[in-house]
Amino acid sequence: MFLTRKVEFSASHVCANPAWSADRNQAVYGNNANPNGHGHNYALEVTLTGKPDPVTGMVFDLRELKEILNREVVDPMDHRFLNKEVPPFDRVVPTTENIAVEIWKRIEPQITREGVSLHNVRLYETQDLFVDYGGEK
Amino acid sequence: MRLTSRYRFSASHRLDTPALTPEENRKLYGKCNNPHGHGHDYLLEITVDGPVDQDGQVVNRQALDAVVRERVLARLDHKNLNVDVPELAGSVATTENLATIVKGALAEGWTLPARLARVRISETARNTFELEVR
Repeated sequence: MFLTRKVEFSASHVCANPAWSADRNQAVYGNNANPNGHGHNYALEVTLTGKPDPVTGMVFDLRELKEILNREVVDPMDHRFLNKEVPPFDRVVPTTENIAVEIWKRIEPQITREGVSLHNVRLYETQDLFVDYGGEK
Repeated sequence: MRLTSRYRFSASHRLDTPALTPEENRKLYGKCNNPHGHGHDYLLEITVDGPVDQDGQVVNRQALDAVVRERVLARLDHKNLNVDVPELAGSVATTENLATIVKGALAEGWTLPARLARVRISETARNTFELEVR
């Protein structure tokens, strides 16, 4: 069975490679490269897979999942400037793709246990753009 | 990794097939068979699949937007699907057929590094049609 929990966080970022010219950054990242940054209301949907525990009837304790997501994602990222305040985005460009990979790395070890694994991380940058990441294949 | 981008277009259509009698068409398609057609605000989702490149992207957003804009939106937005879309001539302007045409229009000559993985069209908030590209 799949279980999905959704959380939101709002953050600012700049997508630019500091080694490149402004024109090149604009060509690769569009207006996401604007140097002073801009923000999004990110929405994160985390999907776990596993069998419901025969005693509790749950795939995963939702309260624990909420705590993991708050500790690893919402608390450190919400209302922050990702490039300046949230490593590794001081050196890794905070594209939606790279943020999804970082979220996977942060939460996967805490979710994986007997009979349960992290299946998918879906990260919406806006309502019209999202990525799905299922880990290294 | 998969990246999905959403677009919108508004178009009119009428569902009617010459293979059936007028009475059968009315019965089969109901209100969608009303003679002068009607319209929808369609929601289009395009999904591409591929590794994250050295720039941290599955696909360049501007390149993807340009392809969808030129090959799909420019040809469907504010158009009459029965009249203005040659690929639909001879077939019914259902959203199933529309999804197939959108897939074809994008897949032919696709040059982006990420693979076209899925076309999904919502005709209304209640009816959605999805085509995986293999």
